[in-house]
Amino acid sequence: MAAVATQPQFHVLAVDDSVLDRKLIERLLKTSSYQVTTVDSGSKALEFLGLQDENREDAVSVSSHNQEVEVNLIITDYCMPGMTGYDLLKKVKESTSLRDIPVVIMSSENIPSRINRCMEEGADEFFLKPVQLSDVSRLKPHILKKSTKCQDQNQNKSGTTISSVTNNLSGNKRKAADDGICSERIRPRYSGGPVTIV
Amino acid sequence: MASTQIKAQLNDLLNSMFAMDFLDEQFKQLQMLEDGSCPGFISEVITIFCDDAERILSLITELLSKPVVDFEKVDAYVHQLKGSSSSVGAKRVALVCIKFRNVCQENDKEGCMATLYEIRREFDELNKKFRTMLQLEQQIQALDSKR
Repeated sequence: MAAVATQPQFHVLAVDDSVLDRKLIERLLKTSSYQVTTVDSGSKALEFLGLQDENREDAVSVSSHNQEVEVNLIITDYCMPGMTGYDLLKKVKESTSLRDIPVVIMSSENIPSRINRCMEEGADEFFLKPVQLSDVSRLKPHILKKSTKCQDQNQNKSGTTISSVTNNLSGNKRKAADDGICSERIRPRYSGGPVTIV
Repeated sequence: MASTQIKAQLNDLLNSMFAMDFLDEQFKQLQMLEDGSCPGFISEVITIFCDDAERILSLITELLSKPVVDFEKVDAYVHQLKGSSSSVGAKRVALVCIKFRNVCQENDKEGCMATLYEIRREFDELNKKFRTMLQLEQQIQALDSKR
């Protein structure tokens, strides 16, 4: 894989409770030249990002160490015990320090109301599992979009140009059904390939 | 020299697994991810999958043996197994998982027992083929490293 020597390595935080899927997403991201940190829960993700889950009794104060670990993108499974990927997305978008980090949701189930809900909450992409290399190749624009925004606000430094700009989901907004429970009684479909909602 | 023969054997095994839907396109995606920098990737993923599937099938068996079945828990485990079998490209196992979720949702204990038996059969067959695959790969590596 051709890599430009001057390009910085972007850091992705991957969140999934499945060992297998963590292994897979890690490999997909590393193959695509990302630096990867994987965690197995939403609360561990927040901990890593420097935010504490307010329900935790043993919450410690945010250490400055955490703020040095820059995360350029969060990719999270939707269905996880405890904090779902949607809950994590909400917490990230509610946080002044984290809201600019692009968030991608992964799910094994193709449920339009779920997808819409995530996109409306600020998710940048929704990947249907199993995630493939072609999906991962769509992450860069979201990272660059955000990093360019930061560069405009900060000092002038050489950066990469955006080759494509992706738009947020707009258009038809279907009625969002309440699908908070992951083991809901919906007939799952076995899809032959990934569907990426842009 | 001798590794060529074993490579052919491995190839035949893989081709037949694809032809009979034991494996699908997703497995080919995994093969693409294994390269010089990560040579043990496939065997690691297969091992994780098989260990996890065994664990889940045992748990489901236990849940179904109870006088009152917690179908929600069973469904949650089947959902997990469906996820990991899809991730690894284990098509036939994934398809039976879908069937399983349907009988679960109908709270059909008999149906669940029958489908569990079916998943067991599919998984055992797949597991055997995976083990053969890994053995052949190990043999190939051992022979190639001697050159």
